[in-house]
Amino acid sequence: MFSSLAKLARYRALIQTLVVRDLKARYRGSVLGFFWSFFNPALLLFIYTFVFTKVLPSSHQANMEPFALFMFCGILPWTWFSSSLLESSNTLIAGGNLIKKVLFPAEVLPIVTVLANMVHFFLGLPILAAFVLYYQRPIDSVELLWLPVIVLVQLILSTGLAFFLSALTVHFRDLKDLLGNLLTLWFFATPIIYSVEMAPADMRWWLNINPMTHLMRSYQEVLFFDGPFGHQRWLLALGAGSIVVFLAGYFVFDRLRDSFAEEV
Amino acid sequence: MKPAIDVINVSKIYRRYARRRQFATLKSALLDGSLLGDLKPDETFQALRNVSFSVPKGCTYGVIGSNGSGKSTLLKCVAGITRPTEGEVKVDGRISALIELGAGFHPEISGRENIFINGIMLGLSKKEVQRRFDEIVEFAEMQDFIDAPVKTYSSGMYMRLGFAVAIHVDPEVLLVDEVLAVGDQGFTHKCLDKFSEFRRRNKSILLVTHSLDLVEKFCDEAHWLDKGISKGEGDPKKMVAAYVMNVEDSEQHSLAKAEATRLAASAKNVTGAPPVAEERDPGSGVRDPEEAPLNPVDDAETTRDGFKATEGRWGTREIEITKVSISGPDGESGHVFQSGDDIKVHMTMTAKEPITDFVFGLGLFTADGVCIYGTNTNLEEFQPSEIVGECSVTFEMDSLDLIEGTYRLDLAAHKADGYPYDYHRLLYTFRIKSRVRDVGIYRPAHRWDFGGGITFKGRLET
Repeated sequence: MFSSLAKLARYRALIQTLVVRDLKARYRGSVLGFFWSFFNPALLLFIYTFVFTKVLPSSHQANMEPFALFMFCGILPWTWFSSSLLESSNTLIAGGNLIKKVLFPAEVLPIVTVLANMVHFFLGLPILAAFVLYYQRPIDSVELLWLPVIVLVQLILSTGLAFFLSALTVHFRDLKDLLGNLLTLWFFATPIIYSVEMAPADMRWWLNINPMTHLMRSYQEVLFFDGPFGHQRWLLALGAGSIVVFLAGYFVFDRLRDSFAEEV
Repeated sequence: MKPAIDVINVSKIYRRYARRRQFATLKSALLDGSLLGDLKPDETFQALRNVSFSVPKGCTYGVIGSNGSGKSTLLKCVAGITRPTEGEVKVDGRISALIELGAGFHPEISGRENIFINGIMLGLSKKEVQRRFDEIVEFAEMQDFIDAPVKTYSSGMYMRLGFAVAIHVDPEVLLVDEVLAVGDQGFTHKCLDKFSEFRRRNKSILLVTHSLDLVEKFCDEAHWLDKGISKGEGDPKKMVAAYVMNVEDSEQHSLAKAEATRLAASAKNVTGAPPVAEERDPGSGVRDPEEAPLNPVDDAETTRDGFKATEGRWGTREIEITKVSISGPDGESGHVFQSGDDIKVHMTMTAKEPITDFVFGLGLFTADGVCIYGTNTNLEEFQPSEIVGECSVTFEMDSLDLIEGTYRLDLAAHKADGYPYDYHRLLYTFRIKSRVRDVGIYRPAHRWDFGGGITFKGRLET
């Protein structure tokens, strides 16, 4: 397993090329092209702002103003996470031709999916930055140094889960459909459109075992809430857990690897 | 010297899932607690069994065999796409596999970008692709379209580009799976030239193909696979000959089986009339060719409305043809012969009562029902006297000069006026094999004579 893990480094050029191809192909033929990477999160933000400030104005606490910005801090990384998982569940099947007919390292495919979605996340960040400036939120530059760490933890966690999902979906095609529903549930079980404090005390425990809670909380603390970053313990624990998930995911993927060419 | 490809005792077992497995869902797997159990095969299919060979550097090695003999599986094992269940494959040097051309092309982006991506997928670095880029485009003859998205390409362009990229990876070992079928004549020649260039540069080619000509002309060695088992390796000509013999054998079997089925199906019709359900040839005033020689005394009206050549058997069985065999020069009955063979059609028949009015006839047809020849004892002016008891009739052809193909026979015993005793229409089939690819139906005995300033380098042994 570790020897094939070491090979991953050799596929850097391949991964890079495929991520670029993925991004290029996605908006090829559309009028706005790359700008959709900006518009999509902006439109989403607009919808949520409308719903939660005009339709349901009393849904949040005072310390969460401006609420649109609060939600955006969570929705942006969540979109990265959920599209990575959804797309990776299909990635081996979609790339079946490569796996069956060409000598091709299959693990590259889920990695490319996660990375391509990460690039979209990065492209959404300027929008977020614009809103932070617009609302004149105080941003602590020391706090901001945590941001790459949070992104890294999310990257490792997503990739680990993507390995699991892509390998298992080859054998269980219905995983894809199940996953869509599961992710909706997961979205509402994660403090994205509400804060941890709003949850009843006896529900806190449940929120705490959800890894996404800590990721979202970290984003919110760095980008939204005032004061120094106070979530580093949870974040680092999650980072360690993510590495375990990554290795376990890769282990499962590696074990099932030989069956891909026959089952896809 | 280390061989380029070393295949040692390779076996490959494919999993085959029973029907219920195909509907296996995650839910059922979790409920049964058999998540990992479900990932194990419960039925297997052995695609390769203990296959071993090695390909020295600079050698072009052909693999032949019928469909399903494991050729492509072997190639995939060598390419590393699938792992052999048992045994080992060692390959020395960079491999490029021409298995599926253009796999991994993305339809939305341009040919130019796809060349880079495909090249990198096949193991080149970006710089290496850059260096070879012009050559690739030129080889694929795509100069004008290289910046158009691949989805706008014709399938030929797609294949050419795929081939061009794969061949310019500059592999030490090239694996080719029946890809020369794509592209027009010109491109095929270009590919063959490229292969020859490979050989000159002491690189190895493993070629899987159904084109036996290609194997004979091009390969240094050949390997014959049959149902996953190695049937031998060595001189390509010998291997191809052995394989062709084997194919003929299995054709014999299938023809014999089909004939038995047809006879069993037609044996029931003991009435005096041909099957009525047969269609008339609408609007064609042409005489149905097979009708004429056998029923020469039929009036013109009947012959013009002759039946379509559908197989069947009818007659009163006052004379019954009980056994028919076709034999070649070795005297053994069979169904596959060489062009120009001395062929005998042998009929055994029984007449329960003595009969004085009888004619024996025979018609020879191509597979699509064109009469090649027909005759009977009446036309050849034999005067019948009497037939009684068990008798035999043999029709001997000293040299049956037909071109390669499948042929069918009509055999009949009837009265001089056409009244049928036992009429077997198109029930017997045989194949003629020929190493010459001539066309038409009949091959007159011939030779070529050249005079003046015409010279030939020689003649290939066929």
